[in-house]
Amino acid sequence: MAERRNTRRAAKGAAEAGGGTGGPAPARLAVRKTYKLYLGGAFPRSESGRSYPVTSDSGRHLANASLASRKDARDAVSAARKAFGGWSTRTAYNRGQILYRVAEVLEGRRDQFTAQAVAAQGLSRAEADRVVSAAVDRWVYYAGWTDKVAQVLGGANPVSGPYYNHSAPEPTGVVAVLAPQNAPLLGLTSVVAPVIATGNTAVVVTSETAPLAAIDLAEVLATSDLPGGVVNLLTGRVPELGPHLAAHADVNALDLTGAGELAAEFERAAATTLTRVLRPGPGADGGEEAWLDPDPGTARMTPFLETKTVWHPVGI
Amino acid sequence: MIFEYAPAPESRSVVTLRETYELFVDGAFTPAEGGEYLTTLNPADETKLAQVAVAGAADVDRAVAAARRAYDTVWSRMPAAERGKYLFRIARIIQERSRELAVLESMDNGKPIKETRDVDLPLVAAHFFYHAGWADKLAHAGLGPDPRPLGVAAQVIPWNFPLLMLAWKIAPALATGNTVVLKPAETTPLTALAFAEICQEADLPPGVVNILTGAGETGRALVEHPGTDKVAFTGSTEVGRQIARAVAGTDKRLTLELGGKGANIVYDDAAIDQAVEGIVSGIFFNQGHVCCAGSRLLVQESIAEELLPRLKARISRLRLGDPLDKNTDIGAINSAAQLERIRELTDTGEAEGAERWSPACDLPQSGYWFAPTVLTGVSQAHRVAREEIFGPVLSVLTFRTPDEAVAKANNTPYGLSAGVWTEKGSRMLWTAERLRAGVIWSNTFNKFDPTSPFGGYKESGYGREGGRHGLEAYLG
Repeated sequence: MAERRNTRRAAKGAAEAGGGTGGPAPARLAVRKTYKLYLGGAFPRSESGRSYPVTSDSGRHLANASLASRKDARDAVSAARKAFGGWSTRTAYNRGQILYRVAEVLEGRRDQFTAQAVAAQGLSRAEADRVVSAAVDRWVYYAGWTDKVAQVLGGANPVSGPYYNHSAPEPTGVVAVLAPQNAPLLGLTSVVAPVIATGNTAVVVTSETAPLAAIDLAEVLATSDLPGGVVNLLTGRVPELGPHLAAHADVNALDLTGAGELAAEFERAAATTLTRVLRPGPGADGGEEAWLDPDPGTARMTPFLETKTVWHPVGI
Repeated sequence: MIFEYAPAPESRSVVTLRETYELFVDGAFTPAEGGEYLTTLNPADETKLAQVAVAGAADVDRAVAAARRAYDTVWSRMPAAERGKYLFRIARIIQERSRELAVLESMDNGKPIKETRDVDLPLVAAHFFYHAGWADKLAHAGLGPDPRPLGVAAQVIPWNFPLLMLAWKIAPALATGNTVVLKPAETTPLTALAFAEICQEADLPPGVVNILTGAGETGRALVEHPGTDKVAFTGSTEVGRQIARAVAGTDKRLTLELGGKGANIVYDDAAIDQAVEGIVSGIFFNQGHVCCAGSRLLVQESIAEELLPRLKARISRLRLGDPLDKNTDIGAINSAAQLERIRELTDTGEAEGAERWSPACDLPQSGYWFAPTVLTGVSQAHRVAREEIFGPVLSVLTFRTPDEAVAKANNTPYGLSAGVWTEKGSRMLWTAERLRAGVIWSNTFNKFDPTSPFGGYKESGYGREGGRHGLEAYLG
């Protein structure tokens, strides 16, 4: 798809979106951002060279986003696999520190995200503010979970014999996340943060129609000491990328939240390598408001955890 | 010199076999609508034990309907403590009939009486006891304040631990308030039918437990039946994939306990005699018909020359023969088909360049038998290092460094079990942390307990059985 240049834009909010208006030349020409993928800690364009126009809720052109290809998806899985060993063996405390850092950096850039939500999704300023606040708080929430989840989900097993026996949760590995299509920031945060909080790495297909918040969020992740490859964000189409991620042998789990009507097809494809599957729950198609619950609990962490049980004899 | 043992057969008189066994549906034994039967053999001598009804689609329909009715009208409405008391009652009857069930299991399966008597049956009873106590404590299981049963569970189990796998399936399902339709394996249906009698003896309400015997087609009809809320399967990874595909797009919950190719890592500082015992029980327990068997021995290169002769000497003292003889260590292979698979895969090991060794070992004239076998000089590319043999065949590989041990251990699509042998605690924990497997046995192997969650990573399936974790599979 050719890059599209749209010279006729509505005046309202254009300065915030980095665009200009028709008519006389402005005193200073705004520097627009090129939206690319976030892959292995870097911001490459799609290897396919494709992009697609992103418009606001009302149809105004906002930017061009990279249109990720299946090769990008495979590269993202490689990057996520490479990052898994290091990320999963960080201490839980350290992962918590980094997730909290994400919240701090996001808080510092909240005006940008609020403006983005107003421009892209047509939210009111107050609504956008609420969504961004909830997104910041969601990172704080999962930052606090990192070093508690093993105690809550694991424990000693009183076996009938002279053995020390305990079970602990471990991250399953690389998780492919089809993020909510209609909740590009809070929804995205709500599905990605729990996946990485426990030590998994993620390959995420963002909202197709509203992908810009995801790439803005990538800039936050990239400046928060999150190692490259822990989160990889692909802007593009679920029907194009989903089948490859679902069938990919090096993907350990699949979050189908944003899969829409393709959920069953992807679940079937995932069966070939016994990939763990989280089916779309209620509210999967909802907007940001569907993700406001401040206490989502462990429900989005447990599907991406394995239980490891270790035995050892007791004796002298 | 091996000691001569006089035969010490366990008496078969505790078992009364019926000529024909029917399906157990809605509390009663009823013939299959298709009128078809299969024959179950004693694999130790190929004699016929009984004929068993083959359930068809119509039988699956009525069993699921009976389970739904029991769920709606009785089981989900009963006070949880009462539900638990039924399970306690079942556990007690199992203990009372333990010897009978052990002998019956050995006859139908071919495994030694030493194992059915000392391992299978005690664990079966313990599993019902453990879960009985959960029935009225589910709100404390960390699965939410008011966890609800799912409804009707379709359960399909394998032939390697027939009654134990039944217990692993039925006890948690019933404790959490679900009703079940269970299909035992084609070659080992008898203890499940004895369990049906126990349900009657316990006055369990009709329809709470339904047992459908048959082969693969029966299992397929059951797991694909639209009237169930949950599918639980233990068996091969290939069938597991098919089930996962069949369940995709439905609201059914699924747990799968599938194959394995467990690594048993022996470091140079291990207590060698203990390690040898652990290697032997890791692969020869239950003739190696164990999904979590330690079928790949990874021994540190510096001690391989010392360890292997001691291992072979120990294997030479294993006694193979009549499963009902109390001195027997290795019983019969469960079926002709399984024996063929073991032979074929072991032959490829030899063809691919591994060195094959078995002790001098007379195999009985009739029945299905395979001598304990060790393959040395195995590389990671060999089929015998990659594929599950599910028989008494050990593949031996070596390693030099701990990193190499872990890399080789994890180089498999499976992830069910692994073993670590070392006297150094920090090395044990370091290794256990890196092994991608659901159960790690350190300085021990093949230990099971109802309180201890069991289940795999990767293509060994998903979900856990046993412990608090196992309850999650049956609660919504």
